[in-house]
Amino acid sequence: MATMITRSLTKCLIAGVTAVLLLAATPAQAADVAVKIGNFTFGPQEMKVKAGTTVTWTNEDDIPHTVVSPNNFRSKVLDTDDKYAFTFTTPGTYKYFCSLHPHMTGTIVVEAATGSVASP
Amino acid sequence: MTERDDGLNRRKVLECMTWAGTGVLWTIAGGVPASLGIIDDAVAAQQKGFTFLQISDSHMGFDKPANPNVKATLEEAIARVNALPVKPSFMIHTGDISHLSKPSEFDDADRIISQARMDVHYVPGEHDLLDEDQGKLYRDRYGRGSKGAGWYSFDADGVHFIGLVNVVDLKAGGLGNLGNEQLEWLENDLKGRASSQPIVVFAHIPLWTVYPDWGWGTQDGARALGYLKKFGSVTVLNGHIHQVMQKVEGNVTFHTARSTAFPQPAPGTAPSPGPMKVPEDKLRTVLGIASVTFKQNEQRLAIIDTPLQG
Repeated sequence: MATMITRSLTKCLIAGVTAVLLLAATPAQAADVAVKIGNFTFGPQEMKVKAGTTVTWTNEDDIPHTVVSPNNFRSKVLDTDDKYAFTFTTPGTYKYFCSLHPHMTGTIVVEAATGSVASP
Repeated sequence: MTERDDGLNRRKVLECMTWAGTGVLWTIAGGVPASLGIIDDAVAAQQKGFTFLQISDSHMGFDKPANPNVKATLEEAIARVNALPVKPSFMIHTGDISHLSKPSEFDDADRIISQARMDVHYVPGEHDLLDEDQGKLYRDRYGRGSKGAGWYSFDADGVHFIGLVNVVDLKAGGLGNLGNEQLEWLENDLKGRASSQPIVVFAHIPLWTVYPDWGWGTQDGARALGYLKKFGSVTVLNGHIHQVMQKVEGNVTFHTARSTAFPQPAPGTAPSPGPMKVPEDKLRTVLGIASVTFKQNEQRLAIIDTPLQG
């Protein structure tokens, strides 16, 4: 039993070290993340990412939506299953909304790429 | 606000009467039942007064399960119009002509609606301004003689009609929006008019707050209504919510028309206001048109909602 735990831990540690090494090797490449548009909401509504992350929105509703952050980014109209991707390079708080249904709002908080290696 | 016609029990009626006593009457109805008697009444009214027609939310190009054939249901709506015993003076379309503002979608709408052979006065819905130039296609096609994003007014049979645009420059977290420029125009447009002149205002999103959680309202609508206060008869006609809803407040009657394309849920009864799938044989009972009759010396216009079937 104890041996098994030790083995598992070792495996975990190896996996962890590998992950850290991979991240260290490609410091600018944060993991890309997805936001779902469904039931007239952005999900998750708030998200923290590292600078350099590409966020991809996918519209899963039967009604078109847009993703608009005034002065920052603006998607074309997204019909069902259409996607929009934006790469966040500058840290800051980006509030966005659907310009057709403005009660739909969301936020992406972009942190500096350096520092913690934890992926979002 | 979430009550429906089928929930009208004795207590509700009493509540309504209480409200009536204080000058606010809610007539929350899923539409006037289209029994033969009502249609006969409508026909009788049409013969005495001046009638115009409202259609809304045709969504040409929509092809999802809630209605895979929106052209067919628009054609049926126009057939209903053509079957009226007295031809209405003209038609208003309260927006969302198209689903994605594609030229082919506008073409389909024009081809079908023109079969009614009458003037049509349009205002845009948010689905009509999705082209690259954010509404140029709409304005080129429907906006001749209009101001700003497409607002205008005209007179017919002594009634002053005002078409407003509340789907432009929407703000994050907000509702429908008229904007300062349009509101100033409205104030001027109404200046000097006799308070006895009946006014009909039409716009896509309801001018009154139906359900803010779903964005069903206009944030600066109250300012527009303020300019209309002095008039003895004001009728506000909207679309957008794909269901019939009516409210009478003082001299103002608010009314929303059915869509010709697909129904949407009653406020708060679904996780979102998205298209509502109903059984195939029920679809035509929740789509339809509205005819509005104005009779001299009557404060309220008679609005008859007719479903495509039932």
